[in-house]
Amino acid sequence: MALIQPARPEPEQPDEPGGRGRKLARYGVPVAVAGVAAATIGLVPALADAGDPSLPSVTAEQLLTKIAASQTRTVDGTVKVTTDLGLPDLSGGSALLGGLGTPGSGGSGDSPAAPQSQLTQLLTGSHQLHVAADGPDRQKISIIEPAAEYSLIRNGTQLWAYDSGSDQAYHATLPAPSQQHEGLGGAADGVPTTPQAAAEQVLKAADGTSRITVDGTARVAGRSAYELVVTPEHATDTTVGAIRIAVDSATGVPLKFTLTPKGGGKAVFDIGFTRVDFGTPAAGTFTFTPPKGVKVTEGSTPSRAASPAPQGAAPTVLGKGWDTIAVIDTSALNKGAGKGADGGFAGFGAQGKDKPARGSGDSGSGDVSALLNGFGSKVSGSFGTGTAVHTRLVNALLTDKGTLYVGAVTQSALVQAADAAK
Amino acid sequence: MRVWWSLGLLRSELVTVFRRWRTLALFGVLAGVPLLVGIAVRIETRNGGTVGGGPRGDNGPAFLEQVSNNGLFLTFASLAATLPFFLPMAIGVVAGDSVAGEAGGGTLRYLLVAPAGRTRLLVVKYASVLAFCVVATLVVALSGLIVGFALFPVGEVTTLSGTTIPLSAGMLRALLIALLVAGSLVGIAALGLFVSTVTDSGIAAMATTVGLLITVQIVDTIPQLHVVQPYLFPHYWLSFADILRDPVQWTGIAKNLGLQALYAAVFGSAAWARFTTRDVTA
Repeated sequence: MALIQPARPEPEQPDEPGGRGRKLARYGVPVAVAGVAAATIGLVPALADAGDPSLPSVTAEQLLTKIAASQTRTVDGTVKVTTDLGLPDLSGGSALLGGLGTPGSGGSGDSPAAPQSQLTQLLTGSHQLHVAADGPDRQKISIIEPAAEYSLIRNGTQLWAYDSGSDQAYHATLPAPSQQHEGLGGAADGVPTTPQAAAEQVLKAADGTSRITVDGTARVAGRSAYELVVTPEHATDTTVGAIRIAVDSATGVPLKFTLTPKGGGKAVFDIGFTRVDFGTPAAGTFTFTPPKGVKVTEGSTPSRAASPAPQGAAPTVLGKGWDTIAVIDTSALNKGAGKGADGGFAGFGAQGKDKPARGSGDSGSGDVSALLNGFGSKVSGSFGTGTAVHTRLVNALLTDKGTLYVGAVTQSALVQAADAAK
Repeated sequence: MRVWWSLGLLRSELVTVFRRWRTLALFGVLAGVPLLVGIAVRIETRNGGTVGGGPRGDNGPAFLEQVSNNGLFLTFASLAATLPFFLPMAIGVVAGDSVAGEAGGGTLRYLLVAPAGRTRLLVVKYASVLAFCVVATLVVALSGLIVGFALFPVGEVTTLSGTTIPLSAGMLRALLIALLVAGSLVGIAALGLFVSTVTDSGIAAMATTVGLLITVQIVDTIPQLHVVQPYLFPHYWLSFADILRDPVQWTGIAKNLGLQALYAAVFGSAAWARFTTRDVTA
C-alpha cells in the first residue's frame, strides 16, 4: 500500500512532515500549554497571598477591645467550614449525625428541613456556607451542597428553612426578644457558622484561663487581619493545642478561626471567610415565602432560644477552664425528653432517635450505647466498665451505668473523673 | 474562498456524522432517559408520596425531588443523570471514531487527497464533534421538557435557595444549563479526538476514550486523591446547578469552563501535533 504523504494545499500552511525535529516541535505545543497552565494555577494563588500585610502593631488587649467594640452588624459573604474530628465522614448520608443531633423532641425533628437535622452535618467534612446578616434579628445561612442547598432564614421572630434536596420547608416562631448579642450569623443550634460566632464562644471561655497573644498579620478573603493566638493555660488534660483567630484590621470582625489539637496535625476545626462584604445585604435576602407545592413543617419553639435543660438532664460540670468535663445522666435525659443537650459537641449526649433501641422500652441509654458501640472502644477503671469514643478533639465516656462524661480532654482524664465520681 | 471551502467540508462532515444509524441510536437512548425517569417519578409520587426512601433523599440524581412539583425540573434531573456517563460516553463514541474510523475504513487518505490540509480537516472534525455535543445535550433537555410538561404540573420555578422565579426565567435558565452541559463536554471531546488520531482502529479509540472517562470518574470519587481532583475534567461538571441558585454563583461555572478550555487546548494541540506529522497508510 502506497504511503500517502500529507498534502500541501496552501503555501502558508506548512503541513509537510519535516523529520523528527518538526515532530518534536509540534508535540512541544501541548506540553507547553499544559506547562503554562500548571504554572499559572500554581502561581496565581501564591501571588495573591504573597506577603502578610504590614499593619501597625497592637497588643492583645487592644485587639480584644477592638473585637468587643466592633460596630459591624451587617455582612454578606462566603464561609468555608472544615471539621476534622477524626470521625468517619458521614456527610453523604448524615443520618447518623442527624440522628445524634436531633433531640427526642418529636415532630419538628422529623422534617429533613429542620435545622437540627441539617446543621449537624457541619461536624464532619468540608462545607461552603453563604452567610448574610443585617443586625441581630435578620440572618440567612445557606449550606451550599453540590446541586442542592439548605437555607436557614431568620427575620425577627420568624424562622424559615428550605431544603432543596428534599424540597421541604420548615417554619418556627421564635420568642420575641431573643438573645440580643448574637453577632453576625450567630451560632445556630450550637454549631458556629461564622468565624465571629466561633471566636465569641472561645474568647468568652478563654478569659483568665489562657495566654492570648498577637502573632503577626495575615490576609484573609482579601482583607488584612491581625492574628490572635489563644493558648490554654493551667490546663493539663485538655486536647486543645491552640486557637488562631484572624481579626479584620479595619472592622475588628474575626475573619478566620482555626483550632489545632494538642496532638498536632491538621486543624480540627477551621472556619473562615473566603469572600466578605460588610455592606447591608439586599432586603429581599431575608424574606421567605414557601413556594407552591412545598411541604412545610411547623416546628415548635426551637431549642436555641431558651435552653433550660429539662429536669435531671442538666449536665453537671467538673473541673474548670479548658479541662471542663460535662457529666450527663443519660437515663434522666430520656425521661426529660431532652431538648437541652443538642448544641454542638454536646449533641453526643442526645439520643439518636433513629437508632434501634436495645433491650426494653426505656431506651435512652440503650440508644446512646448502641451508637457508641458502633465506633467506640471498651474501657474499664475502678468505676466499672464503659464505652469510650475518641475523636481528635472531644472525648466521651459512657459508663455502663448510663453516665456520660464528655469534654475536650484526654480519655484518661475522663476515666479519672469517672473513678472519682464513683 | 477558503472559508467557503471549509464550510462545505464541515457540512459534509456533519451530514456524515448525523446520518449514521449509530448516531441516531445514541440520540434515541439519550431521549429515552428523561422518559424513564419521568415515568418512574410519576408512578412513585402517584399517591402524594415523595421520591427516594430516606429523609435526606440524597441517593438519586439531583433535582429528582422537585420533579413532581414542577415538570421543568425533569429537564434538570435528566441532564444531571446523563452528564456523568451517558452523555460523555456518546461523545467518546463519536469523537473516538472521528479520525480513527476514517483511517480504519480506508477513507482517510481520500479526504487528505482533497486539498483540505490536515489542520483544517482536524478542526472540521472537532467542530462536528462539538456540534454533536450540543445536539446530544439538547436532545436530553428537549425530551425532558416534553415529558416533564406532559406528566407533571408546570409553574413558577423554585430555586435551590428557596426563592421563586417566573416560568419564563426558569426556561431561560434551562437553556443556559443545557449550553453549560454541552460546554462541559468540550474537554472529553478533545481527549477523544486526540485518542482518535493515535490509532487506526475506531473501536480501540472509542474504548480508550470511554475507559479513560470511567477511570477519571472513579478517581474523582476517591477522597484520598483529592489533590489531583481539581484537575480532572469531570470535577466541576455539577456546577451547572449553580445557575439555579439565587443569586447565581459563577465561580464553579467559571472553573468548569476554564478547565474544559484547558483540556481542549492541550489535547487539541496534541491531536494536531500527532495528525499533522503521522504517516497515513490507510
